[in-house]
Amino acid sequence: MLSFAIRRLLGLVLTLLAAALVVFIVLEVLPGDPAAVMLGVQATPETLAALRAEYGLDRPASVRFLAWIGGLVTGDLGISYTYRVPVGGLIAERLAVTVPLALMAIALSTAIALPLGVFAAARHDRPADAAVMGFSQIGVAVPNFWFGLLLVLLFSITLGWAPSGGFPGWSTGGDAIVALVLPAISLALPQAAILARVTRSAVLDALGEDYVRTARAKGLTRAATLRHHVLRNALIPVVTITGLQFSFLLAGAIIIENVFYLPGLGRLVFQAISQRDLIVVRDVVVLLAAMVIIINFAVDMLYAVIDPRLRKRRR
Amino acid sequence: MSILEAEHLAVSIATETGALPVVRDISFRLDRGTTLGLVGESGSGKSMTALALMRLLPEIATATGAVRLLGEDLLQADEDRLCAVRGDRMAMVFQEPMTSLNPVHRIGDQIAETLILHRGAERRAALEEAARLLDRVGIGTARARLAAYPHQLSGGQRQRVMIAMALACRPDVVIADEPTSALDVTVQAQIVDLLRGLVEEIGLALILISHDLGVIGRLADRVMVMYGGAVMEEGDTRTVFAVRAHPYTQGLFAALPSRGARKGKRLAVIPGTVPSPDALPPGCPFYGRCPRGQDVCRENTPPAVAIDGSLARCFFPGPPP
Amino acid sequence: MSALAMARPYRRPALVAGAVITATLAAIALLSLAWTPYPPADIDIAARLQGPSARHWLGTDQFGRDVLSMLMAGSRNSFAVGFVAVGIGLTLGVALGLLAAVRGGIVDEAVMRLADFAFAFPAVLSAIMITAWLGPGAVNAIVAIGIFNIPVFARLTRGSTLQVLGRDFVLAARAAGKDGARIVIEHVLPNIVGILIVQGTIQFALAILAEAGLAYLGLGTQPPNPSWGKMLNEAQTFLHRSAWLAIFPGAAIAITVLGFNLLGDGLRDLIDPRLRRVRR
Repeated sequence: MLSFAIRRLLGLVLTLLAAALVVFIVLEVLPGDPAAVMLGVQATPETLAALRAEYGLDRPASVRFLAWIGGLVTGDLGISYTYRVPVGGLIAERLAVTVPLALMAIALSTAIALPLGVFAAARHDRPADAAVMGFSQIGVAVPNFWFGLLLVLLFSITLGWAPSGGFPGWSTGGDAIVALVLPAISLALPQAAILARVTRSAVLDALGEDYVRTARAKGLTRAATLRHHVLRNALIPVVTITGLQFSFLLAGAIIIENVFYLPGLGRLVFQAISQRDLIVVRDVVVLLAAMVIIINFAVDMLYAVIDPRLRKRRR
Repeated sequence: MSILEAEHLAVSIATETGALPVVRDISFRLDRGTTLGLVGESGSGKSMTALALMRLLPEIATATGAVRLLGEDLLQADEDRLCAVRGDRMAMVFQEPMTSLNPVHRIGDQIAETLILHRGAERRAALEEAARLLDRVGIGTARARLAAYPHQLSGGQRQRVMIAMALACRPDVVIADEPTSALDVTVQAQIVDLLRGLVEEIGLALILISHDLGVIGRLADRVMVMYGGAVMEEGDTRTVFAVRAHPYTQGLFAALPSRGARKGKRLAVIPGTVPSPDALPPGCPFYGRCPRGQDVCRENTPPAVAIDGSLARCFFPGPPP
Repeated sequence: MSALAMARPYRRPALVAGAVITATLAAIALLSLAWTPYPPADIDIAARLQGPSARHWLGTDQFGRDVLSMLMAGSRNSFAVGFVAVGIGLTLGVALGLLAAVRGGIVDEAVMRLADFAFAFPAVLSAIMITAWLGPGAVNAIVAIGIFNIPVFARLTRGSTLQVLGRDFVLAARAAGKDGARIVIEHVLPNIVGILIVQGTIQFALAILAEAGLAYLGLGTQPPNPSWGKMLNEAQTFLHRSAWLAIFPGAAIAITVLGFNLLGDGLRDLIDPRLRRVRR
């Protein structure tokens, strides 16, 4: 188990390095001079040269890549070109919004989807099942940013229950949480729709297994069989999808943070892109990719906890 | 009084074109300390019969007739009553011990679950009893094995666990559906010995389902040879196996690899394959593959004829020519 | 697809609903080429921000443009996005998947690792990165979305091809001396085309959603070309007084995506032999 974890960890580091390399190549080696891209139309030869010198762009690409990786490892993420502050601090500030938002959305989506999925599977091919599947189809089809607008329309404009956007800062306590509720619901809807489907089919699969018949032959009721024998076995695909959804969630956050004017990581990267602040873009993209990769790794490790069969026979 | 009685038990499956019979008119009596064998090819309705006895049929299937456990008709019982009976008075051992055990629970807990459910036992006490049961079914170092997961055991050990699980509440009846079919030959013999010991020592009533004439011959006191959901021939096992009055029984025996069979020599097999239930004739199910089949067999249910103590349902019974 | 299954459409509500919705939308997109109630780009400041009425069924926007006409014209945009993005994914993805399956070994390993890797990046984020680099615009957005369809189709093609290659009739063809290319054309492609169509339909819906998101962020289709995502972006400013501006384009996106998803699910049920056997 331990050597397996170490080997997986090595693989993880390699994947992260590769991800960084890809981002670096996309943003620096592809056609165009990063300094020119950052300066845009206002570029003059003098400002270009100054910017190149300031960010060390006159050095060879390989040196710059290594310097960047070295910075990432030591926590020195460079200085933002537009904000003129260290990118590390900027990101930390924004993470304080995005991470709670993502966690709220995941919690919400699981809290809705798991019961719905299990409920639908337990009433397979009956009206309740059809209703859950219908909800799922619609939830997948509705764009989350539009759903966010509808929520604003209803809860902020019509009912006045929640702010329509903005973030008052964590020092305000309750207001900060309220500000994240509508965005979290918008983010959670499509995820919940997909997760409910996955849960339903995972439970249906598990219900068809021989050990379910064994449990019934032991005298367990349908409900007890579901609780004690089906749910844990159905958990693996559910955990897999929840892990995968994290990546969709981060992507969704980019759009949703723009709908609700939340100062999160998504808004930061979007603004950095429009302002051509490649230093920030590069760091945030690598950070987001790293989060996705690390979460996939954590999901892999979680499998072993859920299913004892996966603890040993692994490469 | 017999422990378990089935009377005119029939099972049909609802389809778009109407009810499809998969088990036709089965009756038997089972006493304590005896074994009833159900033998036949796959698709002959053996497993459906077993599931009907336990009332564990899939939702699309319905059972009619009567199944009396100590006089109580289980076909009339409600779900609460059935849950109380299953695992307590009547238990089942399935064919595939690998898939029939829950992969994510320790085997000790899976055995203890039955005791906790029906006896209200504490977990600790239930695990103690589980260790004793494992010991009884021949798993060495039983206490250490309690913490094992199914995948950590061999196929034979898993089947012993299934048997221990079935025995947990000292049931009156155990139904074993192909308990040895997924196992190696040597392990098969061990499981057969174990089952025989249990029937003799604790007076278990065993229903043994198998396609293996050898296993049936070694364990069953009485046998019912099934085909197409119906009983073709029944009686005392030794008698039935000796007389072989029904052409289907004869076909089954002819398909056995004889001791002298050399490599390359083709085994005799019954011509054709088991038809699906919707393709069966209304009369004798074996009509389409039977060497003695006449027009009368197709439309009419054959009579039960006793030949030398063996009861064959056939218009033209008799020893092989 | 058995004739029997085709003859019983009422048994497949998802397929029928999906087909009806997508066919209607396709008809509207075609119609918009010839006719819309008003020219979609026609500005009429006097009639700005009017609610739905007999003159303007779905109201007008802040420039007095007819919302219905813009939605009709926008459907062309959505269809174009879907076709091109799925087309890119299909062509390159199927080629890579076939290559990986037929060649095996290191080629297979390389293609699959690459696909795994692409999945690690949030697709919308990468699309944003690409459009940021190449500049905003419909074409760049579509290409960015299309690129992320490649690994989807590559994986699917590889998996289904390996399945087909393992079947008896392929072994027989091999034994008869047919070479790899002929086996792929004669045996593999006909057997995987169904599942590719199903996946294509679902990716079509996803592409429309992704483009709407990019357009909403201002990175997709640029004005004056009408696009549903862009309309939602502009509508947000007028959410307080003209809610219909936000409701109709979003509903259009949701209905389109729903239609293609239903169609994809329905087709999957139709061709998946496992499901077909159960249903019989």
